[in-house]
Amino acid sequence: METKSSGSVKRAISVFYKDVKSELRTRYAINAILLFAVVTVFAVSFATAKSGGKIETVLQASLLWIVIYFSSLSGLAQSFVKEEESKTAVALRLYAPAGSVFGGKLLFNLALLIAMNVITIPLFAIFLNLDIANYPLFFSVILLGSLGMVGTTTLVAAIISKASVKGALFAVLSFPLLLPVLMMSISATKKALTEGITFEMARMELQVLGSYLVVMTVLGFLLFDAVWND
Amino acid sequence: MDLKLTLDGLAKSYPGRPVFSDLSAGVAGGRKLVVTGPNGSGKSTLIKIICGFIRPTRGTVLFDMDKTRLSRLDIRPHIGLVSPDLILYDELTALENLSFFAGVAGLQFARDTLTEKIDGIGLKGRGDDLVGSYSSGMKQRLKYCLALLREPCLLLLDEPTSNLDDAGKELVDAIIKSHPGIVVIATNESTELEYGDEIVRLG
Repeated sequence: METKSSGSVKRAISVFYKDVKSELRTRYAINAILLFAVVTVFAVSFATAKSGGKIETVLQASLLWIVIYFSSLSGLAQSFVKEEESKTAVALRLYAPAGSVFGGKLLFNLALLIAMNVITIPLFAIFLNLDIANYPLFFSVILLGSLGMVGTTTLVAAIISKASVKGALFAVLSFPLLLPVLMMSISATKKALTEGITFEMARMELQVLGSYLVVMTVLGFLLFDAVWND
Repeated sequence: MDLKLTLDGLAKSYPGRPVFSDLSAGVAGGRKLVVTGPNGSGKSTLIKIICGFIRPTRGTVLFDMDKTRLSRLDIRPHIGLVSPDLILYDELTALENLSFFAGVAGLQFARDTLTEKIDGIGLKGRGDDLVGSYSSGMKQRLKYCLALLREPCLLLLDEPTSNLDDAGKELVDAIIKSHPGIVVIATNESTELEYGDEIVRLG
């Protein structure tokens, strides 16, 4: 029995489920991300052990986002690179509308980054004595920062997937685009780690992160068609 | 739906290397175009150009369906492709592959329907096996299953019988002969030239 199913959202969810299924069976990206995240948390922990494990909040916030940034660079590009390298992108191009592919990959990369954060942040809290003073603010920043990062890296991953020097190009293109997210996320995370800071006091950072997220996601959907089909 | 495919003065070259030039041909619904030539003459390149995956250096590919001109993206839902450049997901089963591609194409098939299609292509009882465990001939058969899934008006076959045994070749023969739409075949097998209502020789 064949029926017409409509809706870009439904198709994007199909791409997302396919990616999750593929990832669970191949562990193509998640191993790279988790290995990098865990190794860097331990490396930072050992490096700061001489200071009694207690380091300044600004340093803690910076290190946390450096770990998140580099871990995401090591894994988030894989969603498109894998499709191109294994030549499955040809069938995907032929059957799936561009917007659905981008939406599905965006969801998948977000799920990967959230999975990484779920592992990294508790490890970070344990080994670097992360004292979170404002939990709602801290998790809002993590969510907004991760979303902004995913929106940008998904589009950049699609751009670099056909290039020959993918890794270097991904880092070079992503860094300037992600700089505003990193700066705002570090600043807001530092505030969330400081006693007596309210949501209102981190309003500017949250507004920038929210605006960045909207702009990059909309731009991603607008530009992806040209990136994917040309 | 009545489709007409026109290749108008096509040329393709890569830096320092012309592939083909001044290629013109036309084929309408129910007819077959065979593209032949030695290795490296541009047969697969031409298939990719028709699919809209790469752009020609010069010339255009025109798709006219029921007197409406379609763009290279509009034609994609009407294309079925079997090619060495099209690979299915090794980590998914045959049924999962077909179900996924049907889903993203906006179609939904019952599991039994997909199983019947897989059985019909000579892969009876193998629908739940991972494609990665398939032989190259079985993968080729599955590509036909996918290509025919949405009943395409334009069937593009690049090396249509590669990796297939005699039974597989008979299956392909039946598919080509019975397909109601346009079939474009890129091959250097002399026995496959007989399918062509029109033959384009490259190189």
